[in-house]
Amino acid sequence: MMIPFRALVRKDIQLFFVDRRALLMSFAIPIAIGSFFGYVLGGAGDQPNQSKISVLIVDQDQSVISREIGSRLSAEKALDVKPSTPAQARASVRKGTTTVAVIIPPNFGQDAGRAFFGPRQKPEIAVLFDPSHTAERAMVAGILTGDVMQAVSEEMFSGPSGRDMAKDSLAQVEQSQDLPAEDKKALEDLLRSVDRWNQQSSQGAGGGRSANSSGGMTMPYTTREEAVTARRNAQYNGYAHAFAGMVVQFVLFLGIDVGIGLLQQRQRGLWKRFRAAPLSRGTLLGSRAASAAILAFLVVQVNFLFARLIFGVRVEGSMLGFLGVSAAFALMTAGFGMLVATIGKTPEATRGLSIFATLIVVMLGGAWIPMFLFPQWLQKVTVVVPTRWAMEGLEAMTWRGLGLEAAAAPIAVLLLFAAVFGGLAVARFRWEAEG
Amino acid sequence: MLEVDGLKKSYGALVAVNGVSLRAAAGETIGLLGPNGAGKTTSVSMIAGLVRPDAGSVRIEGRTLAGDTDPIKRRIGLVPQDLALFDELTAQANLQLFAALYDLDGAAAQRAIGEALELVGLADRAQDRVKNYSGGMKRRLNLAAALLHDPQILLLDEPTVGVDPQSRNAIFDNLEVLKSRGKTLVYTTHYMEEAERLCDRVIIIDHGQVVADDTLQGLYRLLPITNLLAVELDENHDALRLDELQAVPGVRSAKLEAGTLRVGVQDLATETPRILQWLVERGHLYHHVASERADLETVFLTLTGRSLRDA
Repeated sequence: MMIPFRALVRKDIQLFFVDRRALLMSFAIPIAIGSFFGYVLGGAGDQPNQSKISVLIVDQDQSVISREIGSRLSAEKALDVKPSTPAQARASVRKGTTTVAVIIPPNFGQDAGRAFFGPRQKPEIAVLFDPSHTAERAMVAGILTGDVMQAVSEEMFSGPSGRDMAKDSLAQVEQSQDLPAEDKKALEDLLRSVDRWNQQSSQGAGGGRSANSSGGMTMPYTTREEAVTARRNAQYNGYAHAFAGMVVQFVLFLGIDVGIGLLQQRQRGLWKRFRAAPLSRGTLLGSRAASAAILAFLVVQVNFLFARLIFGVRVEGSMLGFLGVSAAFALMTAGFGMLVATIGKTPEATRGLSIFATLIVVMLGGAWIPMFLFPQWLQKVTVVVPTRWAMEGLEAMTWRGLGLEAAAAPIAVLLLFAAVFGGLAVARFRWEAEG
Repeated sequence: MLEVDGLKKSYGALVAVNGVSLRAAAGETIGLLGPNGAGKTTSVSMIAGLVRPDAGSVRIEGRTLAGDTDPIKRRIGLVPQDLALFDELTAQANLQLFAALYDLDGAAAQRAIGEALELVGLADRAQDRVKNYSGGMKRRLNLAAALLHDPQILLLDEPTVGVDPQSRNAIFDNLEVLKSRGKTLVYTTHYMEEAERLCDRVIIIDHGQVVADDTLQGLYRLLPITNLLAVELDENHDALRLDELQAVPGVRSAKLEAGTLRVGVQDLATETPRILQWLVERGHLYHHVASERADLETVFLTLTGRSLRDA
């Protein structure tokens, strides 16, 4: 019984390797698409220009403060800041080539300084943004707020225009008839203190105070960012997710081909030849499932080997877990392929429906878009989608670097799906060759 | 060798085979003749164990065929109507696979493959991919694939469909060699010439039922007319009285079509001079006379009232 079983498995593997389309679909295309998505999703984490937000800054003021704001924005790691003009900035945002444009109006420094110490008309910074990037707009607005506050307060407390502005404001407060006496006294005290601070600062520049000390407000905290992944120095690798997604998708396509192949064998009379031999149904379908699982496992390994060699995608977690998830997914694919063979009577009728169903489960499994971007309710619903478990298992064993115990649930669920698909396929399979 | 009794098979309301029985002795070639859809392929599928009959039995060498893995299936070789081959693989790889289905591998498989390829004349093309074969070569390889396990009974389901006359002759030659080796051949076709050339016995099937089962001579004896006299008349044959001609002793039928008179007679040698004399006496001159023999087409027409091609 083993001779026919082995021969049938060997035949399927031979046919796979002589079929250019199958090789293209299993290796070249997932690698190409995985590479592209991996790059888009942040690459290997060591590419500084990736995922920076493009920002144009239009400085119509050219004051100390406005230049300082520009300088601070340019220093932000998350931003790619370039100078521009109002017209160019607006056109660029409209075309979508720039995400956010910041326009600092004329006299901004002076007006902001006055508004800093008193109830003056506040100057307005225009923030133009691409409406398809609202998250980035909010991020740039937050950074801008911090940078403006620091630049304005620094100039007000230690810069030459700040000294003039403080004196000017003090004179205005002293002359003011409208302010309540208590508020007036408090403001006068504050502005005199600022004036004294400024005088000490200017003297300190010549001696006594540190040359690089500056006045003004500073952020009262710093942050320490740490990506929590497999190892302390391991970074998120966008290619790990992208390759997992593409592998899941194209291995399922391989499963479709397995099912379609069975239907084609039936159509071409090969099934009659197989059934004419004294072979059990277990041998006939089991060999097909075995070859499908072997090929699916091979495709997973080759794709991840490529990702390892070219993009540094490592199995940071349990290698045994990774192989277990791969094997369980391969078996699930084999069951899926067998089930495909029972859907329609002809390959043509079956292919379209199978591809549609596959794309749906691939999409819901988070193979295209990471699962965390899904709404909460959808994340809960997709526990019934096998591809989600394949994705979770592969990601857990690669860049998340989790241990074997994290692979247990994905493996168990995938094996359950394999059993269900396989059982349905055996129950529905049309054993008899058409008369 | 092969005993088939009362096979029945229905697909829903369609009765594909309705009580087909047949016998084939060792070394005998029997033809299953019938139009497309008559039930030939379904019958062969049940004999090969591909389709479970609703009723009836198949016995091979005295043992009833039962189940997918019945070892008695090794005594049968099936040549499907379709080209049941993997185009992307070489002939050698195809035959290795088909040999392995019958537990043949290693030297035994190689020997069987060599002999089969030798028989069908493809030994020098063993390493070519099947997709590069001509239609006729594929048909021959399709035959070779059924011979690897040296079956005693060969079921050939229209094995010459779509091949050129030269390849058809080559396949016939192969089958005659197999026949000479004592194999039992069950040959389905709707080409009467093939049945006439190859078969010792012909079973005519129509609407899933056996309508005749006999040797060729036996089938011809079923016909009221076995010989036709074809007389091409000169002009002026409008006055020919067919009813008078049919009254001539020995004449079974008479029909005039496009200037050719066809007269059915039982004994050509006796009746021909009498008919020609009758024509001359009535002023119907002729310029060509030929005799035609009844064939299986005529037999089928006589038995079913339909032509093989039209059915």
